[in-house]
Amino acid sequence: MYMKGTAARMGVMKRVSLVFKAKANKALDKMEDPRETLDYSYQRQLELLTKVRRGVADVATSRKRVELQMNQLQQQANKLQEQARKALGMGREDLAREALTRKASAQSQLDELQTQYAQLQGEEEKLTVASQRLQARVDAFRTRKETIKATYTAAEAQTRINEAFSGISEEMGDVGMAIQRAEDKTAQMQARAGAIDELMASGALDDAVGGKRDDIQSELDMMSASSDVERELAMLKGELTTGAPKQLEGASANGDAQSAQAQPQAQAPYVPPAPPQQAEPAAIPVADLPGEPQDGDGS
Amino acid sequence: MIVRILGEGQFKVEDAATAELNLLDADLEAAVEHGDEPAFTVALTGLLAKVRATGTPLPPDILEPSELILPHEDSSMDEVRKLLTDEGLIPG
Repeated sequence: MYMKGTAARMGVMKRVSLVFKAKANKALDKMEDPRETLDYSYQRQLELLTKVRRGVADVATSRKRVELQMNQLQQQANKLQEQARKALGMGREDLAREALTRKASAQSQLDELQTQYAQLQGEEEKLTVASQRLQARVDAFRTRKETIKATYTAAEAQTRINEAFSGISEEMGDVGMAIQRAEDKTAQMQARAGAIDELMASGALDDAVGGKRDDIQSELDMMSASSDVERELAMLKGELTTGAPKQLEGASANGDAQSAQAQPQAQAPYVPPAPPQQAEPAAIPVADLPGEPQDGDGS
Repeated sequence: MIVRILGEGQFKVEDAATAELNLLDADLEAAVEHGDEPAFTVALTGLLAKVRATGTPLPPDILEPSELILPHEDSSMDEVRKLLTDEGLIPG
């Protein structure tokens, strides 16, 4: 734990800076020839630069993976929405409900990913800026290092070296922390992405790809296939009884009141689109019939 | 006076702003000591905003240690505690 008392009155800002300085001094104390410190530190700086650049690349890779998953989830959500619409159109509210439930689940995963995607983007930007800043400082350090080496004796160099060293060491500490934070966020993200991959593989969000997919889709397919069959069947039957339309026209010409009565007879040969057991679809043509002839009369 | 915001860089802040920064810093410190997360967030946000508003970013080719160092914008209280004890730092 941190200290209370005197340290507490110093404030957070000062204490943090002292912690950084203590680190730098500790590293400096280990060096025998101060000028060696310069070269050693410069090597460390170059290593850190490589590390921070790799960090940027790693975060970008994670971000792309998330992007890919988001696209997949979005496609699934769209597909499920479409399935729900179809199912409802076919009077299957139960299927529509199931599709919408899964869509909601996909959507909530998507929302979460979006938040984390934004976080990763933020980390990527921060690291990119940090790496540029570090690069500039490393360049400054290199210049300073050469000047110190050329101009001062070992003894004289000490003060200058200390200054340059604590400046760069603070920057390195900052960048090092930035890398660590980005790594932590990326690790969290990857765990999350892995969980979503598993969820998708399990079929819980599924509709159209892989595994259990087709419980919704195949039912919709079956229903639409059977209704296609019925439609064609109706057309064929219609062709066999081509006389029917004429009777219908005659009926409508007789006026509304009469046509309403005439319909059942006119309809019997003309519109058997639905199989006998489906009472409701059979009712639809009844409703449609008066409409068409009336339009014809109007024009 | 040079102030660093971790993850953001260094700022040159006029000494005139010091008193106000110290007040905010005292709030931050009290919040950390009392484990008061909402107060901590308010104090940290205020402190960072003040430094950004009154300070000018230090050019990147200048190598100077900072007199004051502030935690990251999105630091948790726990992270700040670790900063103060040195645990959370990567050696530079």
